[in-house]
Amino acid sequence: MSDSPLLEMKHISKAFPGVRALSDVSFELHKGEVVGLVGENGAGKSTLMRVLSGVYAPDEGEILIEGKPARFSSPKDAEMAGVAIIHQELSLVPSVSVMENILMGREPRTRWKTIDWREMARVSTELLKLMEMPIDVRWPVEEFSVAVQQMIEIAKALSLNARILIMDEPTSSLSEHETKRLFDIVRRLKGRGVGVVYISHKMEEIYEIADRITVLRDGLHIGTAPARELPSEKMIQWMVGRKINQFFPSRTSQIGEELLRVSALTLPQPGKTGVNLVDNVSFSLYAGEILGLAGLRGAGNSELLGTIFGRFGNLPKGEIFIQERKVNIVSPPQAIENGMAYLTNDRKASGMILPMSVLHNMTLVSLRQMTRFGWLHPLLEQRSASTYQDSLAIRTPSLRSEVSTLSGGNQQKVILAKWLMSEPRILLLDEPTRGIDVGAKAEIYSLMNTWASEGKGILLITSELPELLAMSDRILVMHRGEVTAEFSHDEATQEKVMAAAM
Amino acid sequence: MMTEKSKFLANFSSAAKNVSRNRGLWALVAVLIIGAAFPGPSEKSKLGAFFSWDYHRDMLREYSIHGILACGMTIVILAGGIDLSVGSLLGMTGMLFAYVMIKLQLSPFLAIPVTLLAGSAAGLLNGAVITTFKIQPFVATLAMMVSARGLAKFIGGGRTIQAGTQPLPPIFEQIRAQILSNNLAIVTIIFLLSVAIFWIVLNRTRFGRHLFAIGGNEEAARLSGVRVNLVKATAFGISGLMSAVAGICYAGSTDYGNPEAGTAYELTAIAMVVIGGTSLMGGRGGILLTLLGALIIGYTEKILSINGVKIAYEFMVKGAIIVAAVIIQQTGRRTRTS
Repeated sequence: MSDSPLLEMKHISKAFPGVRALSDVSFELHKGEVVGLVGENGAGKSTLMRVLSGVYAPDEGEILIEGKPARFSSPKDAEMAGVAIIHQELSLVPSVSVMENILMGREPRTRWKTIDWREMARVSTELLKLMEMPIDVRWPVEEFSVAVQQMIEIAKALSLNARILIMDEPTSSLSEHETKRLFDIVRRLKGRGVGVVYISHKMEEIYEIADRITVLRDGLHIGTAPARELPSEKMIQWMVGRKINQFFPSRTSQIGEELLRVSALTLPQPGKTGVNLVDNVSFSLYAGEILGLAGLRGAGNSELLGTIFGRFGNLPKGEIFIQERKVNIVSPPQAIENGMAYLTNDRKASGMILPMSVLHNMTLVSLRQMTRFGWLHPLLEQRSASTYQDSLAIRTPSLRSEVSTLSGGNQQKVILAKWLMSEPRILLLDEPTRGIDVGAKAEIYSLMNTWASEGKGILLITSELPELLAMSDRILVMHRGEVTAEFSHDEATQEKVMAAAM
Repeated sequence: MMTEKSKFLANFSSAAKNVSRNRGLWALVAVLIIGAAFPGPSEKSKLGAFFSWDYHRDMLREYSIHGILACGMTIVILAGGIDLSVGSLLGMTGMLFAYVMIKLQLSPFLAIPVTLLAGSAAGLLNGAVITTFKIQPFVATLAMMVSARGLAKFIGGGRTIQAGTQPLPPIFEQIRAQILSNNLAIVTIIFLLSVAIFWIVLNRTRFGRHLFAIGGNEEAARLSGVRVNLVKATAFGISGLMSAVAGICYAGSTDYGNPEAGTAYELTAIAMVVIGGTSLMGGRGGILLTLLGALIIGYTEKILSINGVKIAYEFMVKGAIIVAAVIIQQTGRRTRTS
């Protein structure tokens, strides 16, 4: 056994037309080690990992695996060398069985060259057992939760004898409990000598799992330090290149009249009688207030927002009052007419129109205002979009650029701009800061405060508790569709909220 | 800080750059160069048929009916759908028009609205079935394609509707006419007018923007207040309307109602849309691209036929061109996004 590290990336540089994505970045990973790779979006994390996994060839620099130079000209090469990558979006085939997914392209054969199903089941069950996952491998992948699917993906990587595992935001759609389980598995892998590169935007996770932390910014290697010796303020400072004294801007809230009241709101689960995703929920939201909705995944807070916005048609029961007036909302247009805006928790699936331009995404909800004599007027559109581009500091090459070309934070701001243009009074925000970099997060926090001070009411969901605690004037905690506790800003602590959510 | 006007101009110039980067345009140029290289025999021009306007006028006239169908097809495809029934609806509405004009000897002021209404109704029925029962457009319009062809045969009792001994109503002549001292066909004007109207609808109305939004991301559009079902059904209704326009044009240019008219025209219409560069996935494309696609297909077929290429080869070449065009479009997109 040699002393050289499992992986060394030396002086890696990579440029794309117009962008220097990586310059002189070095990175090291030892056996049985987890390195947290952090940085704002666009810092070069993904590019570095794509170089490592053979998607891009570096312009300069070299990769050594156990001291031996490695040249990957394709992901297949990297896979052969033991590098596996678990993406944010899973790459399994949903309708195909677990075992076929794990052994795809490498199916064991019988003497007659037909697929040996029995052997296939045995091998894949064995692999999953290593991770204490006793599931029926003959079932299609889509039957399992996202968390289990992720484990299946890891099992697939292990079956390829992966020694270097790259995990890119693996917990973005996992619950607290599932995250814990994932971490258990990561630790188990460590014990077996696998090196893990862990990319995440969630600081708590990085600190929980990483042995060392490497920070990238603008394609440069800013620093690497043992996790225990790197306080979070310092890490953030490295990431943003400036000192954020106060990450969450403070605000004095001016609570006004009642904007929204829901009474006995219930959303039955389609196809299951007696099970309610939202169960008899009543509360009020006031002008100038940020009301946080806490709850673990599946607690029903996301569904609650959708219910209020008319996303589920006439399925829900209960009453909604806007400024003391009873309203009937069974479709999004009715919600919009009543001054509501709804940011969903998945901007790709239900937020942006990907092939459309930034401009057209922004004006979509308020096209009526952009018309002259009934015809859309490009200059009017351009004018309002420019206004909001400036006030939200949306960074885009042009308003005509396709929204898909922007970074996550800017995409989120485009969606927010879309809703602000319709001049809503009630903002339903489901994970407004998911998957965006620290700088953009801070900007969105201060925007939220501005909107509240303008007299808008905000219903906020976020899975990051510190964010929820800092931003909310009041917090409702949900569990299995019901509201289980209510805290004022001053009462709420992480422990109390978690206790009510479990 | 850029001024508003200069920002607008900057955007405009980037739009112009997009046009020059449009591969469809270059494909059309390539086809025209081939056309000039193989101009075909002509009595009028020493250089060959390609160098006389008659060649281009005839091409435009021959492909205008397909082009009219392709206009309706464009908005359906932009909204993420497909309409296989347009060819049959052309046959059905053409028969209806001939029936009202020739059999019933009624006024064209009645026959035209009735025919357009019938086409729109059939299209709306497509839309209603698709949105109400959540049936895939492919399946629903395939069913309409079959039934409308049946209806077309039913109207004429399985036969064509001809004037025979009676005088042919003058409307047929008028539709077939060519204006500007015989240099431009009425059907071509109808086609180009349709393109212009559709451009306005797609770029200057909320309905048009909503079509793009639905094709791009239906759920996001719905949550942005777009009445998805209404917009989609309307798109199919408009496609039905354009089929009826094409049906009238077809009847006019052939003097009679033919129950087999428009067979396989839906495929040409789809090919025109796709070759232009509109994405079959929806949300990306435009009507000017369809005009481009129509010209590419029209010229290609004209070049092949005027040079005496056998019909069998013509079909094979056409297939190859469709695939080639789509491949070129896709590589263009890939380099742009990466």
